[in-house]
Amino acid sequence: MGGRASRRRRRGIMRIHEHQAKELFAERGIPVPLGRVATTVDEAVAAVRPLIEETGNPVVVVKSQIHAGGRGKGRFKEHPDLGGVNVVTDGIAGGIEAAEAGVAELAGRMLGSTLVTIQTGPEGKQVNRLYIEQGIDIDRELYVSVVLDRSTSRNIVMASVEGGTEIEEVAANTPEKIITEEVDPAFGLLPFQARSIAYELGLEGEAQNNGVRFLQALSAGAVDLDTDLVEINPLVVTTDGDVMALDGKVSFDANALFRHPAIAALRDATEEDPAELAAKDHGLSFIKLDGDIGCMVNGAGLAMATMDIIKIVGGEPANFLDVGGGADKDQIAAAFKIITADPNVKGIFVNIFGGIMRCDTIAEGIVAAVEEVGLAVPLVVRLEGTNVELGKQILDESGLDLVNADDMKDGAEKILELT
Amino acid sequence: MSVLVGKDTKVLVQGMGKTGRFHTDKAIAYGTTMIGAVHPSRAGETEIFEGETDHSGVPGREDQYKVELPIFRTVDEAVAATGANASVIYVPPPFAADAIMEAADAAMPLVVTITEGIPVADMVRAKRYLEGRSTRLVGPNCPGVITPQACKIGIMPGYIHRSGRIGVVSRSGTLTYEAVHQLTLNGLGQTTAIGIGGDPVNGTDFVDCLSLFNDDPATEGVLMIGEIGGSAEEEAAEWIEANMTKPVAGFIAGLTAPPGKRMGHAGAIISGGKGTADAKIAALQGAGVTIAETPTDMGAAMDQALGL
Repeated sequence: MGGRASRRRRRGIMRIHEHQAKELFAERGIPVPLGRVATTVDEAVAAVRPLIEETGNPVVVVKSQIHAGGRGKGRFKEHPDLGGVNVVTDGIAGGIEAAEAGVAELAGRMLGSTLVTIQTGPEGKQVNRLYIEQGIDIDRELYVSVVLDRSTSRNIVMASVEGGTEIEEVAANTPEKIITEEVDPAFGLLPFQARSIAYELGLEGEAQNNGVRFLQALSAGAVDLDTDLVEINPLVVTTDGDVMALDGKVSFDANALFRHPAIAALRDATEEDPAELAAKDHGLSFIKLDGDIGCMVNGAGLAMATMDIIKIVGGEPANFLDVGGGADKDQIAAAFKIITADPNVKGIFVNIFGGIMRCDTIAEGIVAAVEEVGLAVPLVVRLEGTNVELGKQILDESGLDLVNADDMKDGAEKILELT
Repeated sequence: MSVLVGKDTKVLVQGMGKTGRFHTDKAIAYGTTMIGAVHPSRAGETEIFEGETDHSGVPGREDQYKVELPIFRTVDEAVAATGANASVIYVPPPFAADAIMEAADAAMPLVVTITEGIPVADMVRAKRYLEGRSTRLVGPNCPGVITPQACKIGIMPGYIHRSGRIGVVSRSGTLTYEAVHQLTLNGLGQTTAIGIGGDPVNGTDFVDCLSLFNDDPATEGVLMIGEIGGSAEEEAAEWIEANMTKPVAGFIAGLTAPPGKRMGHAGAIISGGKGTADAKIAALQGAGVTIAETPTDMGAAMDQALGL
């Protein structure tokens, strides 16, 4: 990341892989199964022997590492019979060599293939890394997460006995099975609150003590690491009474990454949309959508409202793009290029209400971008606010083939007619 | 009359960097009473502002202005020396929550935080700190508060506003400008326009603003602009149903936003099927709020709510 881009505003969240989340858990004394990451078949095979020798358990699990949930139930496009998480039991009868052969066969099919889950969308995500993990003798599967409750402006620790199921389903069907404790930021999750959750989860004996320690470490870790979400589903109780994170989904508040350089370094850019990544590097907020009308707007609320009005007049927006309040000419040009690079885009609607953002800056950016990359689709521009006359003059004098709009609705209707 | 800010508001700037200086200059041009700044590394210096008066602001001023603002080490010292009763924060994100808490410790009545990108955990702590204290926080990540032709605190363009009859409250910046512009064009004008910000943790919320406008004799109706994410609009609908005596019109942005994606604002996200525009619109309509179907109809919806 260049100094210039990193000085600009960064928004949203950063996701990491399961194996990275588990490494962070382990650093904080939160129990996780032993495992090794692999990006090739050879690495996957090499992980098997030390795992089995160290744990004494001949079962290993091969888990796809992508930034999306529902991996267990997901299926590979290339191998419709194959799920994203696979248990290798060959070692029970055949020893380490058999386990290695089983892992080799699976890794060969999984790596480089495309996993489709309920969260990836129909296009799926390519699996580029695997996590080879020890098998665990599971007694019970539970759920726990730490997330901000916006209505109280505090974190809550949420838990449920319904582990392994989507928590949204549990919340909708059996809300009484969701346990929550509010965390006072001045005190953290207090011991009695952690005990209360452990009781509700039915943890007894050694598992209860382990559970209390687990919950307090998790709640403190969420604050220390500036997480957006920590979700462990399932949290398992082993037959030995250990409480362990069998899965780990963690995302971080991107605005806090400045104080966590080690976490920022965990970012896997291959998991992100290239256009969204390019936008982020220019300090722009961009989300790709399925429609064919590209939008460039200043301000998140106005950008959303612009998408809405395109839809209302009968069109489909190709993207959400907020250039922000203080974008310069270069950022505007970058934004324009990102929009025009999308082959689905059949027309572009620029909607600007200049406040701090001056309309002449917007106009100069558009002209610069078109000079560089050309303009093959119709362009409708609605300018309002600071220096609007100067902005319109710059566009007029540039000789650009564009249509002026009087207001948002007029602009949306005009771009729809032209595409 | 108006709410939160007016002719008697004396504003302190926290963070006199490039951004703070730029917007302080615009505020002075508009006629806001700016009385000093806090910037620890520059304490003891004086910041000079001079230029052409923005006549869309406070009336009856000369064409040129020149103002010298003293810079202090702490908010406490600044309040003692100047009698400031409001502050505006332009401090960069890593230090902004601390600036909010410092202002609260000095018992500053109103703190308007413009800064965008403050870590959520910092705001959770800052809100905890505000509990039991007298300070009212507006923002963060907001355009600010303006009472047209009296006091402008924040980054909104002053000239689109006109003193008038409608209270405006919004989670979005540029969409507020759009709404204000429409109310200026249709002649209703604004009593006060409040940007409450697009972050998941903020200070003053819709209900606080609705309550202020309900009690303000000059405000004849309220235009509220919400967006997807959270449940602030639903809570506002409940409050309106139970308490509001004045007409309310509204607009909710994000009807077409896909679930699971943050639409620019950290707070604007549909997650777990919650926070959709449809649910918010239904709740508000149920409470008798006139909903603008498109963002170009906000002024017209306000007219309709007023029976005009």
